[in-house]
Amino acid sequence: MMNYVWVIIIIFSFFCAIATKNMSSLSSAVISGGTEAITLVLKLTGIICFWNGLMAIAEKSGLTQIISNLLKPILKLLFPKLKDEKAKNAISMNLTANLLGLGNAATPLGLEAMKRLQENSLKKDTATDEMVRFVVLNSAALHLIPTTVALLRHEYGSENPMEILLPSIVTSLFSVITGVLMTIILRKAFKI
Amino acid sequence: MNGFTDYILPFIVVIIVGFGAIKGLNVFDIFLDGAKSGFKTVLGITPALIALIVGVNMLKNSGGLEVITNLFSPICNFFKIPEEVTPLAILSPISGSGAISMFETILKEHGPDSFVGRCASIMMGSTETTFYAITLYYGSCNIKNTRHTLPSAICADLVSFIFSSIAVKIFLY
Repeated sequence: MMNYVWVIIIIFSFFCAIATKNMSSLSSAVISGGTEAITLVLKLTGIICFWNGLMAIAEKSGLTQIISNLLKPILKLLFPKLKDEKAKNAISMNLTANLLGLGNAATPLGLEAMKRLQENSLKKDTATDEMVRFVVLNSAALHLIPTTVALLRHEYGSENPMEILLPSIVTSLFSVITGVLMTIILRKAFKI
Repeated sequence: MNGFTDYILPFIVVIIVGFGAIKGLNVFDIFLDGAKSGFKTVLGITPALIALIVGVNMLKNSGGLEVITNLFSPICNFFKIPEEVTPLAILSPISGSGAISMFETILKEHGPDSFVGRCASIMMGSTETTFYAITLYYGSCNIKNTRHTLPSAICADLVSFIFSSIAVKIFLY
């Protein structure tokens, strides 16, 4: 998909620049964009490494497992028909990793969960209700601590970079609830 | 409220490090190992960030961003979302790096504590790269028929876009 989007962005920009006679500033965007990207990467490296280090401790100490266990009752509510314990565990670990802002730890756990869910399904090329709900939960993921956002806000001089925490969590919750409700409403319309 | 948010991050750090220490772990060594893996993450997103920051900057400097913003302003006005965040709303379900690039541009132009900046921050904190997640998860086990995944996920995203500006008004003013 990004193959199309990127091409559209670039070509669209070129024609806009012709129309608005902004070619010199478009040229400077091309020259300086890479440098800006590296500056951004440098800004993000510190917090990403720090967070990964911290989460390695949380993982090794069993703290993530504890949080994951706390999610189990919610899981029962979200996946009432799911009996496979291993699938349940993979799902709750994946959701925990997402919650803690560990995208790259979440992905392998999510793929594992999908594999387990597929083993329990009859039609292998079709998503089950559980799969749909799981993927929707992931795509509307709840972040407890938006570290990247807080860091960039801090870098650009926010007086209180973390002030967005509570509104972000509430917004995420609304979004997740909507996603789950939609999976219930639309389930009948998209029969297996 | 201000005092409370100041506590969150230090509190999390203390809990995690303290809990690890109580469990008798060599927390420092484990931290170093984990932090090292952070470089892999960073290296992984760098090429995409270069591509997209150039793209977003081209869009901004050519005036293309304004064209898109104006195009969506009637819809935004209807939902009372600041129209400046539409490019972020369009890009963030598609690409995480694209979202970061656009978010940085918004912070640079409007400031993090402006209405637009706060709204964009909440959007960033409450959405994921929907299309990427769907492609990755279903692609990994060769599922072709994703049924109601996409419409449900898009509804969830729309709610976070619309609610983010409401949340700014409720919580931050």
